[in-house]
Parts: sequence; structure tokens; C-alpha cells
Amino acid sequence: MIAALLSRIGQMALVIFGISVLVFCIFFATPGADPTARIAGRGASPQVMERVRAEYGFDRPLPVQYMRMMEKLFVSRDLTSFVNHGQQVVPEVASAAPVTLSLVLWAAFFWVIGSLGIGIVSAVMRDSWVDRFLMVLGLVGLSMPVFWLGEVVNLFTQSRWHDTWMFRWVPPLGYVPLTENPLGWARSLLLPSLTLAVSFMGLYARILRSELLSAMGEDSIRTARAKGAGPVRVWLWHGLRLSWLSYVSLFGLDFAQLLGGGALLTEVVFALPGVGRLTYQALATLDLPLIMATVMYAAIFVVIANALVDGIYALLDPRIREGQHGR
Amino acid sequence: MGENGFLRMVRALSVKRDVIFAIAALGLVVLASLCAPLYARVAGVDPFSSNVAGTAVRHGQTLDLMQPNDNPLHLGLTPLGPDWSAGAYSLGADSQGRDVASRLLYGGRSSLLIASAAAFLCLCLSGSIGICAGYFGGWVDILLSRLLDILWAIPVYLFAISLSVVTVGHGIHLGFVTLGADSFLIPIGIIALVYVPYAARPLRARVLSLSRADFVTAARGMGASDFRILRREILPNLAPSMVVLAPLVLALCLLAESALSFLSLGVQAPSASWGTLIQDGEGLLYTRPIVAIAPGVAIVITVLALNILGNALRDYLDPKGAGR
Repeated sequence: MIAALLSRIGQMALVIFGISVLVFCIFFATPGADPTARIAGRGASPQVMERVRAEYGFDRPLPVQYMRMMEKLFVSRDLTSFVNHGQQVVPEVASAAPVTLSLVLWAAFFWVIGSLGIGIVSAVMRDSWVDRFLMVLGLVGLSMPVFWLGEVVNLFTQSRWHDTWMFRWVPPLGYVPLTENPLGWARSLLLPSLTLAVSFMGLYARILRSELLSAMGEDSIRTARAKGAGPVRVWLWHGLRLSWLSYVSLFGLDFAQLLGGGALLTEVVFALPGVGRLTYQALATLDLPLIMATVMYAAIFVVIANALVDGIYALLDPRIREGQHGR
Repeated sequence: MGENGFLRMVRALSVKRDVIFAIAALGLVVLASLCAPLYARVAGVDPFSSNVAGTAVRHGQTLDLMQPNDNPLHLGLTPLGPDWSAGAYSLGADSQGRDVASRLLYGGRSSLLIASAAAFLCLCLSGSIGICAGYFGGWVDILLSRLLDILWAIPVYLFAISLSVVTVGHGIHLGFVTLGADSFLIPIGIIALVYVPYAARPLRARVLSLSRADFVTAARGMGASDFRILRREILPNLAPSMVVLAPLVLALCLLAESALSFLSLGVQAPSASWGTLIQDGEGLLYTRPIVAIAPGVAIVITVLALNILGNALRDYLDPKGAGR
């Protein structure tokens, strides 16, 4: 057990190292994409280019640059922006993180509730028109670009139907911190998080339905039925118990990806000042350190979340713990 | 999958109503996009150059494309709205006075071209990686799998954005290969690359189980070379998995392309894709919503049709993994 844990941690460290090298290379060693030219601006004279190169250390060998960058990111945490001089990147990301966290938590809440409801109803009423309708609805949900859906939501709730009784409560775009006004916080996040949740709701409802239906063929369900368990108990207790493992593992991965920046488009459309919008603003000015920092943190976050999910999975499913189900 | 298997599949799928709907919708979208130059010529509009001072004819009247606003001082300009006729400016004009309908059709050309090329490239790459890792195993497998783990950990859109941001505006200069900043090959390559882990993992698993199958052992026992086994035994059996993945990967590529273009990181001006059009329409969202809504509807229809097709193919070729 301990050996497995250690090897898992070793693998994780290796992957994190690989990610940091890859991300560094994308931003600072892509052939033809010279960061000096970005900082100095178009048509800068060779002298200016030379000075910038020396000032930012781009004339050093790549491994040295890599080590310095990692030190600034993780040890001293004083990496500064290329665009707004003196602005530190790490505190910037840290102050934007609560916004993203709030958004993703709300979205996760909605997509779990929604997908459980839709998945169970469709499985119970399988092959009826209700099932077919819900599944098509789910498919439509996961076929919509989230930024476009966000704009449609804005169109109706901010402009077209804003003055009707339905959407009079919708606050203007933006974010209200929880500590300032809890009700305002919830109101400002309700529509963005619902928008973000739509595609996941569709996907998870479809997965849950198929898992539930395949679970219904298992012996334990037949036994439960034979012992006189009612439909509610069969579906909600025995059925969910058999089908929630893959649901949970998928949930962990998607949740981590969203927290790590997958919510960028939603944040941009709804003007929420989270990590994603920070990245977006850095895109406009090509502020490489800021983008690199967010991508790096996101990836490391995802790796750790993956490991946690694997761990939980192993704890919950004895087949994996005993190594019988190993890949 | 032999020729008979293919025919049988077509026959089984062609009786399903949702598949017929999906194929009809896809055909319509592709046909409409192909007809873009025809429409532009017949309607006499230029989808790429700004036409702020232009006019359009409505019900026999000649109207300015940029109409003064309704406010008391008539400050600012709003583009002409849609009139749903079949002629020029039927969907109105955008903020530059360009015909929205023709831009929608041309945008479809870019979006579909980039997404399908990216999906094809992605499947080729993933197939090669899957075969190398799954069939040869050993250190090749370890190396490739770790590499995929690394790519997998970076959120897809962030990865695509990172790659785009270093190439946007500059293009790629790699020795004798030079790709201009406006080359479609850049978004194609980036989108193909970011979805490789998604497609390579199931393909590797499939190759792994195939290479342990009895018929492969039998072929090896009869003295077949690796190349012959790959060509005659593995590839034909891997084909169904690739066919199932194709529409789903294409749908993902289309969504990714629209997101990149929406962030101005995909196709570069003067080319436009559906994502670019949504970005263009954002500023007019409350006054002329059609500019941003129409390309989104086109994306939803196309992606929905691809997802329906992909699910039907999966149900048919891979019933155990059905319903996802």
C-alpha cells in the first residue's frame, strides 16, 4: 500500500515536472516566437531588442531561464508582468481564484442536481417519449458553445426581457464578493453558473442513465427486487450505488479542469473577474508570464486532483484496491 | 470492417429517424457553405470588405446600411436589421456594413474546413500513437503514455490558447517551413494536437487488447511479420473504433475552433469563421442580436448532428459502451 502510494507520488512529480518543462517551452522556446519581440514591440531597434534580451535574461541558455522562471513562480513567487511593470503575477492569480471557485462550485451544484434528476427520470421511463425528449435535450445542451449560450442568456436577461417580472432581479454583469453581500453574490453567479452547467448536465445525465440501465441487469438488483424492495429503493439505493463510481471519477476530473481555467469563456462573457478572465486579459496584451502562470497552476491542480480521484476510487472500489482490476 | 460490414451498417443506420435527420442537417450545412461564393455573387455583396457607406434596397426603397439611432439626437449608427427575404442583406448588416448572411456562409467554410482537417489529423496522430504504444509496448508505451498524461493534465482550451498565443500574429518559422500568421494550418495543427490525448487513449487500449487476441497470436505463430500483422490484423479491427471517434472528435474540434476564433486566436482577418462572427456580433448583441445568434445556431445544428451520428455509430459498432 505504502509502496503503491510512493510510486504514485513519484509518477505525479514526474508528470508535474514534464508539464512545467512543456509549458515553459511553449511560451519561451517556441521556434519563431521570440518573447523579446513581444516585449520590445513591433519595429524595435536592434539596440532596444538587445537591452530587453539582457534585462529579461533571454540571452541565457534555456535551462537557466527555466530554473529562474520556476524559482520566481514557486519559490520566491515574485514573477512580474511583462506589460504592467511591477505588477506581481502570483498575488493577482490568488485574488482571482475565489471568483472562479465560487462560479465552479455553483455550476457543480447545478449540474449534479440536474443530471441526477434527468438521468434517473430517463432511466426509469426508458424508451418513453419523456426519456427520448430528455436525452435529445441533453445532447443539445452539450452541443452548444458555452460562450454563445452565455451571450443568448445575456441578451434575454440583460436586455430583451430584463424589465419583465422574470428577470427584473438579474443584476448587471459582474461579481459581488460573498463577504460583501451574500445574496448579491448568489444572484450574480446564478445565471453564469447555470450556463456553465448546461453542457455538463447533458453529458452526466446521459452517462448516469446508461450506467443505471446497465446496473439494472445485475444480480444484486434482481435479488433486491425478489426480496420485495420497492421501485424507489431499487433505483435510488441499489441502482445509484452500482453506478456512481464512474460518475464520481468523471466529476472529479471535470471539476478540476474547470477550476484550472476551463471556465474561461464563461467568465469572459459574464465579466466575472476570475482566473479565466485574468488569462483572457493577458491574451490581449500577450502578457506571457501571467498566461504561463495560470496554465501552469491549472495543470498542476489537475494532476493533483487526478491523483486524489484515483485514491478515492481505490478506497471505494475493493477490486482496484486489491489490484484485480488494475490496468 | 469489410465492404459487406460497411453496407450492413449503412442499412442498419439508415432506418433510424435521428440519423436521417443528422445526415440531412450536415449535408445542408456543408452544401450551404460550399455555395457561399455563389450566394455572394448572386446577391452582389462582398463579405470581406467594409461597406459602411453602402446602401441596400428594401421594398423598392434604397436605405443606408448604417441607420441613425432612435435616440432624440440620432447619435451613433446601427446597422440595417434582417428582413428575411432571399436577396442581399436578408439577415442585415454587421458593424462594418458587411452582409451577415454571406459572412455566415463563408464562416461555415472556414469552420468546417479547419474542424474537419483538424479532426482528420488528430485521428491520424492518435491512431499512430495508439498503435505504437499498444502494439509495441515496453518503453515506447511508457514514454508515449507519460507524454499523453502530461498533455491530458492541461485543460484543453488553455492548452489551445497557449499554443495560439505564441503563434498568433507571427506565424511559425521552423527552418525552411514558414507558416504565415493567417495560415489555416496553424489552428488546424493546434486543435488536432490538443485532442490527441482524448482520442489516443481509447485507441491505445483497443490496440492493446487486439494485440493479445487469439487471431494475432495465430498470425504470429504462422510467421507473420509485425508489419503484416499491423496491416492485416490490427488496422482492420481498429477501423471501427476510429469510425466511432470521428464524428465526436469532429464535433469537439468545431467547438474548439469556434472558441479560439471567439477569442481572436483562431482564423485571422480577413478570413472569418463562425467563432469570429460571434465575436463580431458581441458589440451589437442588444441592438442587432442576429449577428451573433445566427452563427451560434449554425454551430449548434452542426455539432448536434455530429453528436447524434457519433452516438448512433457507437451504439451500432460498440454496443457495450453505448449511450455516452
